[in-house]
Amino acid sequence: MNASLGSGPDPTPPTARADAGVPVRQRLAELRGPTRPPHPLDARALAALAANPGCERRTLLDGAGVDKAALAAALGSPAPYGQSQFAFMRGNAFEARVKSDGGTELLRLLGVADPEAALTPDVSAAGPEGRTARTALALREATTAKAWTLLDHPMLALEVAGTPAYLEPDAVVVHPDGHWTVVEIKSFPMLDGSADPAKVGAAARQAAVYVLALERVAARVPGAEVGHHVLLVCPKDFSNLPTGSVVDVRKQLSVTRRQLARMRRVEELAAALPGGTSFDPSGSTEELLASVEAVGAAYAPECLAACELAFHCRGRAREAGAVEALGRSVRGELGGLSTVAEVLDAAHGRAGDPADPAVAALRRAAALRAEALAARGGG
Amino acid sequence: MSLINTLARLEATRSGHAQPLATTRHRHLSDRPLVLVPLTTAGEAGAPLGALVGTDREAPRLLVVPQPRDRDLRFAFLADLAETVLPHLDSYADDTEPAERNETDPETGKRVKVEVELCRDAPQLIVPSRSGIDYVRLLGRSMRFRRTAEQDPDAPYPAPPHIPLLGRWLTHYGERVRTPGAALLLCATDLLSRHWATGQSSLEDLHLGALLAWIDPPEGESGAEAARRAETGRDARGQLLCPPAGPATDPAFDNALLAPAIDAYDLARKNFAGAEDGGSADARLGELAAAERHVRDLLSAQLLPAWHATWRALDLVRALPEGPRAAERWTRDRWSYTGHRDRVRAGEPPQPRRDSAVGAAQKLASRETEQARLEAQEALDDPLVMAARRLTGEAFTSEVTGVEPAWTETKRPTPRPLVTVRTADLPQLGGGDEQVKVYRSLDGGSQSAEFVRWEAAGVLTLRLLNAMGRAKDPAPGTVPEVGDRICWTLFPHEQRGGAKLPDPEDTPWTHGGPPAVDGDDAHERPDPITPDDLL
Repeated sequence: MNASLGSGPDPTPPTARADAGVPVRQRLAELRGPTRPPHPLDARALAALAANPGCERRTLLDGAGVDKAALAAALGSPAPYGQSQFAFMRGNAFEARVKSDGGTELLRLLGVADPEAALTPDVSAAGPEGRTARTALALREATTAKAWTLLDHPMLALEVAGTPAYLEPDAVVVHPDGHWTVVEIKSFPMLDGSADPAKVGAAARQAAVYVLALERVAARVPGAEVGHHVLLVCPKDFSNLPTGSVVDVRKQLSVTRRQLARMRRVEELAAALPGGTSFDPSGSTEELLASVEAVGAAYAPECLAACELAFHCRGRAREAGAVEALGRSVRGELGGLSTVAEVLDAAHGRAGDPADPAVAALRRAAALRAEALAARGGG
Repeated sequence: MSLINTLARLEATRSGHAQPLATTRHRHLSDRPLVLVPLTTAGEAGAPLGALVGTDREAPRLLVVPQPRDRDLRFAFLADLAETVLPHLDSYADDTEPAERNETDPETGKRVKVEVELCRDAPQLIVPSRSGIDYVRLLGRSMRFRRTAEQDPDAPYPAPPHIPLLGRWLTHYGERVRTPGAALLLCATDLLSRHWATGQSSLEDLHLGALLAWIDPPEGESGAEAARRAETGRDARGQLLCPPAGPATDPAFDNALLAPAIDAYDLARKNFAGAEDGGSADARLGELAAAERHVRDLLSAQLLPAWHATWRALDLVRALPEGPRAAERWTRDRWSYTGHRDRVRAGEPPQPRRDSAVGAAQKLASRETEQARLEAQEALDDPLVMAARRLTGEAFTSEVTGVEPAWTETKRPTPRPLVTVRTADLPQLGGGDEQVKVYRSLDGGSQSAEFVRWEAAGVLTLRLLNAMGRAKDPAPGTVPEVGDRICWTLFPHEQRGGAKLPDPEDTPWTHGGPPAVDGDDAHERPDPITPDDLL
């Protein structure tokens, strides 16, 4: 079992270790707003973190459990996300179909010869803590029983920056040999054996978070091992018949693991904030603006698809004239120049050192472009 | 993105208006394009919601599926779509001109010229966005394996006639898009972003409304402001001012407007089915019609902005003069259209679900050639594109400063004149020991030369290699004169495809992919249909 940072069992949560000053958990609660419950960090949010690991703003806000959608709305740049009820209903109906008859269909996709004989222990309990404990127990029993076992909507806990995040995989299957497989059910179609790679990638990142959480449970169960291949179940072609595909998530796993290890910086980020900083959406817009600006962001256009705060960050990046607002790759070819004004001044000979290769290239580009456009104007 | 294009984006950012990326139009546009704006149901594959389609911007045909989960209504939609699209596709099929094509004679194995038909023009299909192109491909895939009652009397849910045929055409158009420079199926966003740079990222350029706002903002407003409004502006009911250009709908529209309207339609249909007598049936039928009209109105309001935006995009791009070589590429599209017409007429089966190994290798090879051709042709057609190549050292403009006659030292000397040119550009010619070749346009073709040496900074000598006629002295006009301004490129102007791949029967088993398992018809078997096709 791999016991590297962020993946192995962690007997001492950071809260218990905080010996000086305010405990981290309390500090984060203050940032969030004392009356606000922490916004649950689900696997989707954890997986999205890996998309932009350099963004301190996102790390801190997610780590502190701030409701970013409410924050974005309070800042005047509401997130444009939502889910269509058609997609939602379809997703639920497909999952119900896959799991009907005690999950026999699903187990058959895993190649189980006699799916009716599989055990399907009940893992429901009161509250997330209770469900997590119940899941751990069921996993242990199933591993000892050495029989095919399907856990429907188990609950797993993963400690993220001192606060437990409760995660709910669609299903976990325990093999007779003690192998555990995460099952991810998605309602996008697998057309002629292949699905939209962007959606498969997102599902793999999400499944990697579950694998990570499962590994913590497996570390305490002798003979248990968590598979680094997950089963992705999708509708086949245009039907609602389920079809399965085994997805290797080792890469996503290592990215998430590294990312969660870096989440420890949440403490440092929180400690570095000026006093009075608060992300409570009920605060005034000016205060919120100041608070949000107190943490650095690494905006890139890709954020628009993954972060509730992206429109706010984009507005700020554009105001500041940051060239990254045009895309991450843009920065690479501009050397040390980082704002639109700097680049254009350098290109048109108003500033910049001509000996700098980036400046020289820009001037040549500007001259060639002007020449070509003038040729068009002249006919 | 090249540095020149980055610069254009930065200038657009500062000015608030889009900047030109091209001085000519790099895609052929038909005089009578067929525009298709499709919408799909969220979460369902192949469950269309509606579409606007037509060749007349003032009179689009609105097609709507009032309950997307109803297979009969979906089939009715697809049948209507086929009824609109197929006549348009067919209308180009019989206007042909004679042409020649190289074919391998099956008996002698020699390459011979064969007289064939080539359609004089081809139907062009335009969709708003790149996801619209994916949707065309998806529609094609969902339809081409369907069986009509005529093809298969035992089919459990026979498709109306023409649906498989439309599926094959849409598949062909969707596949053709993957060939660089092809113009049979184009999307408005790609057309616009090929020709203009906006002050936003290429990801944000995928939004047709925002992209158009940068290029063609309303009076008195900057492109940046108009784009922001198009992207996020919502009315008092929380609906987007500029609905997405499909095929996905806005979730807020689905939840607040569409779902209740579809529920009302379901209820009206149930009531109509349960009507007891003629009188109440008439009343219920009226309610059903009203409920359907409501869904139609809602979808029409979502579709119309994208419809108009697509036509506006066509206007803007059409205003640019067409690049001469874009017409040459369109001829290839005409060949592609004619080829598919012939395959359909010959009764060939629909395109397979997966390409065979040989077919895939051929497609990839031809796409690579087309990519190189497109890059060369765009540069030759457009000084602004050539400027980007000059910046990277792949081309240079020059003035001829000296010409020295020279000949090969063979039994029959042929001309190899030395041309000295002066350039301010920085071509990547190396030290002269690598025999770098350069090319220039000459009489509709190209002439090549090899780099000899740098004479001084910015002065270099080239040796002309061909296109000077067969005589001992070069034909008049084939050798540059002192004072001529010439643009040389380091890339060839014409593309020669690589060595021809062997025929499938000559392909060794190591390269031929797995053999067909279930006999020949495995590729065209219809999708299995379950009674509960959808949830």
